[in-house]
Amino acid sequence: MKFLAYAARRLAASLPTLLILLAGLFVLLQFAPGDTVDALMAQAGGGDAVMAAELRRFYGLDLSVPERLAAYLWRLVRLDLGFSAIYNKPVATVILERLTPTLLLMASSLSLAFAAGMVLGVLAARRVNGWPDTVISTLGLIFYATPSFWFGLMGIVVFAVKLAWLPPGGYGTVGAGYAGLRLMLDIAWHLILPTVTLALIFLAIYLRIMRAAMLEVLNLDFVRAARAKGLSETRVLVRHVLRNALLPMVTLIGLQAGTMLGGSVVVESVFSLPGLGRLAYESVVQRDLNTLLGIVFVSAILVIVVNFVVDLLYAKLDPRITATG
Amino acid sequence: MSGLLSIRDLSVRLPRGADRSHALIGVSLDLAPNEILCLVGESGSGKSLTAAAIMGLLPGPQVFAEKGAILFEGRDLLRLSEAEMRAIRGARIGMIFQEPMTALNPVLPVGRQIEEVLEEHTAMTRAERVGRVLALLEEVRIPDPASAARAHPHELSGGQRQRAMIAMALALNPRLLIADEPTTALDVTTQKHILGLIRELQRSHGTGVLFITHDFGVVAEIADRVAVMQHGRVVEQGAAEQVLNRPSHPYTRALIAAVPTLAHSPRGRDFPCAPVLAVRNLSKTYRAAGLFARRRTVHAVKDVSFDLHRGETLGIVGESGSGKSTVARCLVRLLDPDGGSMVVDGLDMAALSRARLRREARRVQMVFQDPFASLNPRRTAGDLVAQGPMLHGVPREEAQARAAELFRLVGLDPAAMSRLPHEFSGGQRQRIGLARALAMRPTVLVADEPVSALDVSVQAQVLRLLRDLRDRLSLSIVFITHDLRVAAELCDRIAVMHEGEIVEHGPTAEVFAAPRHDYTRTLMDSIPGRTWTPPALEPA
Repeated sequence: MKFLAYAARRLAASLPTLLILLAGLFVLLQFAPGDTVDALMAQAGGGDAVMAAELRRFYGLDLSVPERLAAYLWRLVRLDLGFSAIYNKPVATVILERLTPTLLLMASSLSLAFAAGMVLGVLAARRVNGWPDTVISTLGLIFYATPSFWFGLMGIVVFAVKLAWLPPGGYGTVGAGYAGLRLMLDIAWHLILPTVTLALIFLAIYLRIMRAAMLEVLNLDFVRAARAKGLSETRVLVRHVLRNALLPMVTLIGLQAGTMLGGSVVVESVFSLPGLGRLAYESVVQRDLNTLLGIVFVSAILVIVVNFVVDLLYAKLDPRITATG
Repeated sequence: MSGLLSIRDLSVRLPRGADRSHALIGVSLDLAPNEILCLVGESGSGKSLTAAAIMGLLPGPQVFAEKGAILFEGRDLLRLSEAEMRAIRGARIGMIFQEPMTALNPVLPVGRQIEEVLEEHTAMTRAERVGRVLALLEEVRIPDPASAARAHPHELSGGQRQRAMIAMALALNPRLLIADEPTTALDVTTQKHILGLIRELQRSHGTGVLFITHDFGVVAEIADRVAVMQHGRVVEQGAAEQVLNRPSHPYTRALIAAVPTLAHSPRGRDFPCAPVLAVRNLSKTYRAAGLFARRRTVHAVKDVSFDLHRGETLGIVGESGSGKSTVARCLVRLLDPDGGSMVVDGLDMAALSRARLRREARRVQMVFQDPFASLNPRRTAGDLVAQGPMLHGVPREEAQARAAELFRLVGLDPAAMSRLPHEFSGGQRQRIGLARALAMRPTVLVADEPVSALDVSVQAQVLRLLRDLRDRLSLSIVFITHDLRVAAELCDRIAVMHEGEIVEHGPTAEVFAAPRHDYTRTLMDSIPGRTWTPPALEPA
């Protein structure tokens, strides 16, 4: 019961965040020169002022900014994301088509970065200042310092072009018409390079945090107490150190969910994945306000959901949270 | 020697670059079954490292036993393999630690952590283990053992946590129990219960106890025999009665001479003139509030009133959570009181605006508990002392000159003014803190546990300095402490705080001789070693 109340409290606290975010973006985009109609006219190869005014009235762009914001928020309350003038489809449909690749990419990168970061962090902390620690830390720094597009391109050059082990891009073999398990394997095969590329940067951060957390927990009294109980080193590590050291790692997942969405723009472009990140980029270029706001809305919800899950996980991992939160 | 534990000529090496080459040099100790041996020493004496050496838990490859032997039940622990040592740890030798909060894993239920010992060393089934855990918790007299077993450490009080630690250490009825300052982090009344419990369990199980402490009161309370350590050597060893009352080694004599005595508390002097500080109905309430959180109110200080005269020292004593530190912080307006008045020389400090307060801040100055955290590590000692007067418009040269004078006053060399805080020892830093407070020429000095973080001998020096300054400068001091011995030594009058209120208030000698309030009586009764009066010794 206490746990549920805590969950509800956290969820309620995230609603204002969402509102501020959307209103902020809406206002910000008003400062950018040009609108959807300009972009449409440019694509159509020009047109006269009467037609532009007509179109603006059609898309509701002739109203004042506050009016449009109010109208937009009112539509959101009814879960209507609006209509995209560029794609000529409801925004919800456009986003839904692009959501799966991004979600897959994010989930697999996050899991990979988290798992590998944890293992390497533990290894580094166990041999602190020894050669494994030095090697792992140096590699982590290199991954962190290298831009992800370069990693992506090098991955393509080495594994796709030279060795021809992996596909250079895309979200599935074009025209293969796979279904079921075969389709899933095909997608997974295409996602290997993008996942590794995106995970490498985040790996370094997880690795560092895990190493620091392990070193800190290893020095705590209860670890000494656990050893004094006669527990074997493995048990001390798994039962007492690991669970406590994981707490900052879990926090990091929530913090990085947003960063990862940002990083996926680059990776999706490099590997030509039809994901949300690329859609966002295209919408900005085409001044497709409705789609862009829809993407922000969906991403914000995604980040909020991830953070919410992280909070719940945290409360489960650390019994002190619900008592004081 | 038919002893349980016999340490022979043990030397433990420290890594290169440490302040000395060996942590322990030729340490020899003997402990018989069913005996409590107290290992006493100040910080850095090597007493905790002795315990770590016995447990085979010396930190890292660079700190190791160079020579000697640790004979336990006829086997040399230094020659056992890691697996053999693991079978002994927790089963034949149990250990309890200083801070029961940090010695328990915060994310596991207490019962699980006790169960772990049984899981590791016995073939008991889950149900048997759970039953045994409950029996153990019953034995250490935790109220409601079943729910205590399910609770996480933060849900128990400090005393209950230490009881759980004891249950864990005694789970397999070890022959030897190592207790490393087990009551130092606890309040006196809790300490009394825990010491009683350790004594009782030790008697009924016939366990040998190696009890590490820095507190001679605790030694007097619990020890059968005493070993005194200094700089990694055992300097004196013998029966408790003998070491406490007829110490032979100069270091032991100096340590015991530094213990504040309860016997000759200063007489309450008469202060005819009007008080310099009059506190009336001071109140402070904390409210925990959040947008969606439930609101909680804590009355930290309720209706506290007292007077302080010129040249007088008022001791405010109480346990943690009694509100004594909140009173101190209100007095210097680090916290804003919710109600009441604090009149210093005719000016109500509680009613001042922030701007006005800054101008009048010099009237009440504070000395803090932690000599390490209370000095800005990036400013020189001289600057720290001169800073206050300079902020109040004293020219730089004059402030520096005054600082030099103050350095001499608190027993420091003015040549050290250009050094940074980390170059001073704990006791010296506390002197800097004192000089910083005095630089403002305060009417009232508030000292919040100024000697609690110091070793006994340093503590005695700082107390002597405070007394000396009080008499020479006619300082009025509000002295906050949890240590009744220190209060008895220094204060003219004592106010006992309990749950935010002053429950008893009077001249020190009267309060100690004939406490009127029940809580004061409990408190007095809990002073460790209250029946022992340190012998009057000439410091050798």
